Parts: sequence; C-alpha cells; structure tokens
Amino acid sequence: MIQGKNKGRRKAYDTLMRSAMLFSTVLTVAIVVFMIGYVLIKGIPNVSWTLLTTERSYLKDTIGILPDILNTVYIVVATLLLVLPLGVGAAVYLTEYAGKSRLVALIEYAAETLSGIPSIIYGLVGMLLFSNTFGTSLLAGALTLVMMNLPTVMRTVQESLKTVPQSYREGAFGLGAGKWRVIRTVVLPGCIDGVVTGCILSVGRILGESAALLFTAGFAHALNGVLTGLFSPGATLTVALYVYAKEEGEFGVAFAIAAILMGLTLLINLSATLAGKYFEKRRRI
Amino acid sequence: MKKSFKRMGCLILCMVFLCGVMAGCAQNEGVATDGSTSMSKVIGALGEAFKSETGITVTYNAMGSGAGIQAVLEGRCDIGLSSRDLKDEEKAKGLEGTVLAYDGIAVVVNPSNPVSDLSVQTIASIFKGEIKNWSEVGGNDAEIVLIGREAGSGTRDGFESITETEDQCDYRQELTSTGDVITTVAGNPAAIGYASLASVKESVKPLNVDGITPSEATIKDGSYLIQRPFVLVTKRDQALGESAQRFFDYVTSKEAATIIASAGVVAAQ
Amino acid sequence: MAPLRFLKRDVKSKRTLERVVHGTFLIMGLITVGCVLLITIYLIVAGLPAIREIGLIDFLFGKEWASTEAEPKFGILPFILTSVYGTAGAIVLGVPVGFFTAVFLSKLAGKRVRAVVDTAVNLLAGIPSVVYGLVGMLVLVPAVRELFGLPDGASLFSAIIVLAIMILPSIIKVSLTALDAVPKDYEDASLALGATPVETYFKVSVPAAKSGIAAAVVLGVGRAIGEAMAVMMVSGNVANMPSLFESVRFLTTAVASEMAYASEGSLQRNALFSIALVLFLFIMLINATLNFFLKRKGERE
Repeated sequence: MIQGKNKGRRKAYDTLMRSAMLFSTVLTVAIVVFMIGYVLIKGIPNVSWTLLTTERSYLKDTIGILPDILNTVYIVVATLLLVLPLGVGAAVYLTEYAGKSRLVALIEYAAETLSGIPSIIYGLVGMLLFSNTFGTSLLAGALTLVMMNLPTVMRTVQESLKTVPQSYREGAFGLGAGKWRVIRTVVLPGCIDGVVTGCILSVGRILGESAALLFTAGFAHALNGVLTGLFSPGATLTVALYVYAKEEGEFGVAFAIAAILMGLTLLINLSATLAGKYFEKRRRI
Repeated sequence: MKKSFKRMGCLILCMVFLCGVMAGCAQNEGVATDGSTSMSKVIGALGEAFKSETGITVTYNAMGSGAGIQAVLEGRCDIGLSSRDLKDEEKAKGLEGTVLAYDGIAVVVNPSNPVSDLSVQTIASIFKGEIKNWSEVGGNDAEIVLIGREAGSGTRDGFESITETEDQCDYRQELTSTGDVITTVAGNPAAIGYASLASVKESVKPLNVDGITPSEATIKDGSYLIQRPFVLVTKRDQALGESAQRFFDYVTSKEAATIIASAGVVAAQ
Repeated sequence: MAPLRFLKRDVKSKRTLERVVHGTFLIMGLITVGCVLLITIYLIVAGLPAIREIGLIDFLFGKEWASTEAEPKFGILPFILTSVYGTAGAIVLGVPVGFFTAVFLSKLAGKRVRAVVDTAVNLLAGIPSVVYGLVGMLVLVPAVRELFGLPDGASLFSAIIVLAIMILPSIIKVSLTALDAVPKDYEDASLALGATPVETYFKVSVPAAKSGIAAAVVLGVGRAIGEAMAVMMVSGNVANMPSLFESVRFLTTAVASEMAYASEGSLQRNALFSIALVLFLFIMLINATLNFFLKRKGERE
C-alpha cells in the first residue's frame, strides 16, 4: 500500500502510531475496569441492610450510613430548588432579552470562570460567606453548591432554548402576545430538556463533591429531619467516605460507600444518555 | 404551559420560604460539638446515651482540637472538644476548659516490628531524626518512617510537649486524624506514629514507654507518662443553650463515667 | 370613553409587568457575574493582608513553611513548585495517553468500540475524587513503596499518577470533539495524495484540530492544579521542597489541611487565604489561556 521513497520509515511510523493509539486506548479502558472492578469487589460484600438503614452506634459499635444518605438527599434537593430557577432565569435572560450585547459576553465569561474555579476555593469562600452566617450546616453547603452548579444549569438550559424555533416566538408575537407571555407559553416549555439534563449533571457533581463541603457542611453523622437537617452540620455520602477512609480507617465502610457512589454514577450516566436520546427523538417529531 | 408557570411560582415561593426560615432560626435545639478526632469514641458513645435518655441529638464534627476551639470562639458550635489543655491566649479570649477524661497517647508501630519498649528519650531522638534506623534501637535494618499529625492536633501537641520535641519533629507524613495515623502505621512495617490509646486497634502495636504498658490503670496512676486530658471547651461569659447545658451536665455526671470508661479512657470525675 | 380608559390602564399595567419581568431575569442573569465578583473580592480582601505583612517576595519565594512554630515562617515556594511539578507531571503522563486514545476513538475505532470506550471514559469522569484517593491510598501508595524500595510511598510521584488518571477524561473528551469536527474533505484529500490513513490522522487531522487539543491540555492543567482531596490522600502532606519520592504539600492541600484549625484573624489563617489567592490567580491565568484557544478555534471555523 505504501509506495515511493522512505517506504521503511513510513511503515515504521505507521506501526508506531498505531500501537501507541492501541496501547493508550487499552490503558484507558484497563484503568476504568480496574477502578470499577476493584471498588465493586471490595465494596459490595460490605453493603448490608444494617449499614443502609441504621445510624452509627458507638455503644453497640456498629456503623450505619442512613444519616449520610439522607443528608445527601437533602443537600441535592435544596441545591436543585435554588439552582434551577436561577439557572433557567439566567438562560432566559441571555437568549430572550440580552440579544448580542456586551453583557452577554460578560455573563458567559463569568459562567466559564465559575466552572473553572476549583472546589476547594468554593469551599473557602462558602465558609466565609455562608458558614459564618448560618453555621456549618447543610444549607451553607447547598448554597456553595448553587454557586458551583449555576454555570452548568445555565448552559444546558441555554442550549435547549436555542432549539426553540424562532418562528414560534414570532408567531406568538404576531398574535399580540407580550414578551412575558411568549416566554411563559412558548419559551419555558421548550427548556424542559435543558432543565432535566442540567439536573442530572448537577446531581452527579453534587454526589461527587467533597472539598467544597468539608468546611461548609461539615462532617457530622447525625440523623435529622429535613428542616433540622438543613440547619445542622452533616456529611454527604462522599464526605462520609472521606471521613471513614481517611479519618477513621474503616475501609470496609468506605468501600461500601464507594461502591454505592459508583452505582449511582453508572445510573446517572445511563439516565443522561437516555434523556438525551428521548429529547432528540421528541424534537424530531 | 400554565402548569410550568405555576411550577415556577411554587419554586419561587419555596425560595422565599427558605429565606424566611434561614433568617428566623439560626440554631436548632440539638447540641453541636466540634473538635478533636481522638474523642470520637467518647463523644459518640456519650451522645448516643444522651439521646436515648433525652431525645436530643448531639452532632459531632471531628475537625481536630484547634478547629473545635476555633468553632466555639466563632459561635459555630455549642461545645468544643479539645484533646489538650487550653493555652493561656485561648483562655484570654474568654474560653473555659472542663476536663472530661484522661487519655493515653500510644506510640504505635507496625505489629511486625520486633521493637516493643522504648524510653521517652529514645522516642524523642527518633522523632527529632537523630536516630534514623530501626537497627539502632534493636529492630530490623530499615529506615524509620515518622508519621505525625497536623499542626493543630491536640495529640501532636500533647506528644511533642511531653517528649519535648516541639517544632523539631522531622515527619515523613503529617496526617489529619487519629485513624489515618493508625492506618498508615498498619500499612508500613518501618513506620512509627502516635495516636489516642482509646482508638488503637489490633492492626498496630502500642509500645511500652520506659517499661510501662499503656492501659487505663497506668494512665490513672500516672506511671504511663505520655497522656493528656480530653477537655470540653465553652465560653466563659456566655451561658450554654438549654439542651447544650443538659448535655454538659450529663457528661460531667457520675453516671456518664461508666460510659466514658467503656470508650477506653479514664473519666475525670 | 370609559372602555377606552379601561383599556389604557390595562396596557399600562401590562407594561409594568413586562418591566418587572425583564428586571427579574436581568438580575438572575447577573447572578453569575455577581458570584465571580464576590469570590474575587472576597479572596483579595482576605488574601492581601498576610501578603502585606509577610512581604510579597518572602511569601512567594520563601522556602520554609512553619505556620505554628514559635517563630512562624510563611514561605509558599514549596507549595507553588509542588503544584507546578505535580501538574506538569500529570500532563506529561496523561496527555499522550489521552491524546492517542482520542485519535483512535475519533478516526480508527468502529462504532461499537467507540460507544463502549466513550461510556468507560464518561464513567471515569464521574468517579468522585475521594474514590480516586481511596484506591490511590490503598493500592498505589504501597505499590510505589514496594516498587521503588522507598521507606514510604506517599509522595509527589503517587500524586502525579492519580492526577494523570483524573485528567484523562477531560483530555479525551475535549480532543475528541475537536478531532470529530475536522472536515472530512481534508482527510480525503490527503488520502487521495497517497498518504496512509495513520499519516493522514497525525499530519492532517491533528494539526487541523490543534486549538481544540491545546484547549484540552489547558483544561487538564486547570483540573490538575485545582484538585485537593485525592492528592491529599496520597501525597503525605509535609511542606517539603518538592522531590519526586518525598512527601509533599500542594497549594490546594496546604489550604485544606490547615484551614480547619487556623484561628480567626491570625497571620496563619490570613496566609492560608493568601495561598488561595495565589491558586485563584493561577486558575484565572489558565482560564484566560483556555479562552484564547477556544476563541481562536471559534474564529477559524
């Protein structure tokens, strides 16, 4: 196939590059398989009913992660409740009101900057801003996470709003509808897929977050109701994993939590793919 | 379409409600404690017993002694937990310490290490980096790996002040918790570290110091030298909240002493 | 007369509503800008006093960090260098692997293979950093100790490996997008001129996707320099000047490990905020570079 001068060299180049590509891909896949396999094999035997449904008892010397599961649910719900309206609002402003002004560039630049800031810095600022006002609490953690996830939600909603055909808006305006009415009736229904995707991505990010929560939400393992929960310190699953592994040396529990988190990651990836496919199909119709 | 509008309205209402709640109550009625990672067992057990008696939840945020003292000062928690005595400058800031219990600091090595007894001086020389190899103290020929705690730790403070090695330790790793030290020492045959005796597990071997085995009895009679107090830190001129005061009274009562003892430390009362 | 006035009022109230709605959305839009400003201002206000007290040169180029000693020293050169070396190491190891994987997936792999590897890469991206830390601490650290005959495996080297794995997904994904966007005509032309497929990919497609790949590398740099938890679990955490097999402390872990107990208003705490400020400046610089590459890519298309 290869002809002309330097035949040998070109062939060698070909083989070299091909093997480099194959090697890299195999290495990447091997790392993934090892990580997932190792965590699941070490973790699943430690997942038990008692672990999932009780809280830690020092008197009985048993460990349960129910409080951490609940804390995770609380913080996810609180964060989404705050970040979704804000993200949708910001995206609507950008696509419907702002046009192509310099303000858009500014807001988009700000969003990009926000998504590049490491979580430890969020944790620090969150500690100064929120923990000093509300105490170290899930709420302070949730507010910090709102800052972190705002750009993601804004971007996904913005993308989905761009797919609402301009003609719909023009049609509604032509019928004499005001801008707010057009947004309410034509634009907002079109952003559902963006909201769903944003939700899935945010949940994934919140589940995996630890550095931003250590100093804002703390790492207590107390079992609380929703309201008291929000105002008391609490560890999410990921923070609990860190605490059990690093602070207490309870690796069985740590791996059990890691396996659960891994399962959730799989689930989130799956739902993101499915949601993407579903919305694409619906849009085509 | 109307639905989505309504939903938006709902969300906004929720936000307003949340803001209202935020402004309304800064502290719930639970007891928030914050501090030493060495005290996890004691406070965990006490908190649980307290809850089963009164129904009041005790949250425990294990951030290290320095962090606990800091949190009380800034009002982020009710009671701070410190595994060292308060310093004068901390007392000057209006803090007060109440000794809850005494705990030994075990000097731990890997179970495979043949060394089992060292004097305080030898331990000090090891941590200062003057003795570098286990063979110098009768062990295997291996470089000694010093495992220490972070600078805010009460355990480090206690250990370094008793062995008089303040600011001179040449650590290989500075870890942020009691459990981490134990795990790391358990995983490295040449490591030596220090950790709360109450938290020591079978995965590591506590050394005898000057021929004395660390135990409740030797801590109580003072013959085991490396020990320090567990201190409850409160603000001197500011009364505790109702539930926090109840918890404070409970843990310093005579009944609590058995629970404290079951956690492996010596009650002060 | 009367109905007309009624209509007028209706129009007026409608206009007010429109204005209120517009204002509300504007405020929501500006929240992101507000967040950035808030973070920047807070970090500058909190970070400057210590730098002023210590002196910029002593702070940035001081080789010793001993924040709690009787005569504290606040030099963060060890942290800066560790972060720089750590990131550079992660890039050296991670970028080639990510780059070759991306080329393979974009050009050579069949549909099914690509779907499988894509999923795998997404999973890798979704794994929480503490899980990397956990596996690193239990598998990698002892392995490094055994392999290199060290007294202890928690070192810069272990951190570099963990970071290299952690930046893989971003590098693969961003390069992949860039490589996929290369027009098919370029490749066809090259193939028609007698180049082999492999030559075409590396001498035509890759140069065409240059900016995107550069953006991937810069993104990887940002990820690596900002990671805290995973490296904290494998790097030993002592403020040494960096050396491959010594225990080290990064900018991020310096903040994370001391922040909890540094007392309010003390020089130590302020110095930690100054470290965060330095880290923030690094990140801003990286963001600006990233934007530069993305913009260039946008303009070319």
